[in-house]
Amino acid sequence: MSSAQPAAGSGPLNAIEVRDVRKTYRRYGRRKQFATLKSALLSGRPWRDLQADESFEALKGVSFDVRTGRTFGIVGRNGSGKSTLLKMIAGIGRPTSGSVRVNGRVSALIELGAGFHPEISARENVFINGMMLGMTRREMVRRFDEIVAFAELEDFIDAPVKTYSSGMYMRLGFAVAIHVDPDVLLVDEVLAVGDEAFKHKCLDKLAELRRRGRTVLFVTHQLEMVTRFCDEALWLDGGIARQQGDPQRVVDAYLVEVAARESRQLARADEKRMRSGEVVVDPARDTFKPAEGRPSAGSGRPGEPADMFRAVEGRWGSREVEIVGVSLVGASGEPANVFQSGERVEVRILLRAGKPVGDVVVGIGLFNAEGTCCYGTNTHIDGASAGEIVGDGEARFVVDSLDLVDGTYKLDVAVHRENGTPYDYHRLLYTFRVTSRLKEAGIFRPPHTWSFSGGLRVKGLS
Amino acid sequence: MLLSLRQLLRYRALIGSLVARELKARYRGSVLGFFWSFVNPLLSLLVYTFVFTVVMPGIRPQTLEPYALFMFCGLLPWTWFSSSLLEASNVLIAGGNLIRKVLFPAEVLPLVTVISGLVHFCYGLPILAVFLVYYGVPVEPLDLLWFPVIVFAQLVLTAGLAMLVSALTVHFRDVRDLLHNLLTLWFFATPIIYPLAIVPVDVQPLLDLNPFTHLAVSYQEVLFVPGPFTQAWRVAAAGAAAVVAFIAGYSVFDRLRDTLVEEV
Repeated sequence: MSSAQPAAGSGPLNAIEVRDVRKTYRRYGRRKQFATLKSALLSGRPWRDLQADESFEALKGVSFDVRTGRTFGIVGRNGSGKSTLLKMIAGIGRPTSGSVRVNGRVSALIELGAGFHPEISARENVFINGMMLGMTRREMVRRFDEIVAFAELEDFIDAPVKTYSSGMYMRLGFAVAIHVDPDVLLVDEVLAVGDEAFKHKCLDKLAELRRRGRTVLFVTHQLEMVTRFCDEALWLDGGIARQQGDPQRVVDAYLVEVAARESRQLARADEKRMRSGEVVVDPARDTFKPAEGRPSAGSGRPGEPADMFRAVEGRWGSREVEIVGVSLVGASGEPANVFQSGERVEVRILLRAGKPVGDVVVGIGLFNAEGTCCYGTNTHIDGASAGEIVGDGEARFVVDSLDLVDGTYKLDVAVHRENGTPYDYHRLLYTFRVTSRLKEAGIFRPPHTWSFSGGLRVKGLS
Repeated sequence: MLLSLRQLLRYRALIGSLVARELKARYRGSVLGFFWSFVNPLLSLLVYTFVFTVVMPGIRPQTLEPYALFMFCGLLPWTWFSSSLLEASNVLIAGGNLIRKVLFPAEVLPLVTVISGLVHFCYGLPILAVFLVYYGVPVEPLDLLWFPVIVFAQLVLTAGLAMLVSALTVHFRDVRDLLHNLLTLWFFATPIIYPLAIVPVDVQPLLDLNPFTHLAVSYQEVLFVPGPFTQAWRVAAAGAAAVVAFIAGYSVFDRLRDTLVEEV
């Protein structure tokens, strides 16, 4: 660290210094989950028996600094050690090794309203909560009105908090914690409290803290909060700091990893469904509307559900032609299950026929997560006459630009006769995700541009 | 430990508020409300009076009159002692969410139970005073100066044991059940419902090992036994035991402090 650089404020350069922090949680064996004094004494080796026989490393040597006055975001999957790290910084629990240094008063928004007593009034709870967070009684008296006004609970302040709704409870907890006026504020995924208006007020309050040169450390799954508010971000994965730096870059790196993981999971789930091959009929779900050109409703053929538009997922057909493999290939040229909106995507359908078959139509149906058919077509609808197949063959359905909005989609893949009688029908067995930077509404994203003329001017469109 | 103590001092306002909250929340919803603080000791006094004057009148020494008042002198502080310890054994587990989520010294919680016990004890004192006046027991005004000293010794003793018990219970839930029986034994091993004088002479040294013997006898000497206070050595012994208990209890608590967050 260079000491030549002057500190931003009058305080120390770094508000938080985390050095090679490890945290090992001890776990006791199944048998001794509730280690009892008796069992320890009876075993004749009390100390050995009470030692943990298993341990779990929540943090495996994490180091980073947070400069005073910066807003710092921590992202990562559930169980990656974010909350543990935050607790170490807050001073609740100590690292197994390594050190944490915090310069200035810390307030932690870890659990709002922890320690509220349900039976007594909000007024008294506010005082006690504030003092627990390290304020003196005099400070509390001075800030009391401000806290109550912030929580918008003036009319209910003398009611016992057990009569509060969960939103009121959270608002009160947030109001107290944020008014501690900390030098360092730790926020653990609690900004999702209250309605939109209250959320805005919370964000305004955080912005005010930033303006006043306070340090804010965020743990959140709302990634856009990180890219919008943070000066710097850290990605924790399995107790290790994977990447630190510019929030946009860290978030992007994290998203790439999430996509890869999701892709693997979807592939595994599809494979499992394929293998079980059973048809699930959900009578409650009759919202499927027959899409034009898709095979008509079932007609008592073996294995086919009575009303195929109620079939949630499954496989049926005579198997004279069999679908032996379906893969989705994105722009990378590799099979994948997560694609960018607008990416070139191929659906590769591997077919096999035991004997030559001369009446072959290959079809595709695309559904969104709610079960709405987004698109359906087959080779017949697209104008082709019935195909024929001898032995193995592959059909590729190529979409030049996958113009779907962010979401999860499922595929029907089928091979059938021209009259709709299925050889092999795979219903909703293939899942993929479309991710998009833009949070558009709807299903379909028509390729579009905006143009403006006259007195209207709009900037920032890409 | 000294550092922890100094830090604890910063939280004294919090302790005060928590005690007030405890007292307020305790009887919320009951018809008699605060009066329970008076009624509770009165009722237990009635129970013991019934046992020793109606059921087994022969057991008590006839020289101690009124016997109910004699018992009350020991019963009142014992109730404070035992209920504080029982509550302390549960307080960290009950407040687990707090300990895991908010940074503040956890020993505040057992101390709050002890101090709210003290407040209840103080509410019992007016009743004691009324009885003393009613029966015309001659209390030496100078003796009364010893009273706060004895109370303080008991406070320190109870606080030390409460911290010990509360921290141990987090690791061994058995402590709670063990404590119940231990306190029953302790109660009968303390001259509260019987005077120390009727205990066989060779057993008396055994009872002297019990710090609460010294406290109980001191209370009885100050409030009940006529004549000047002669048991200063007992107060000193109780005080010494209290200091030892406090240091031991606090160091155990301090050592287990970091594990509390994970185990609670």
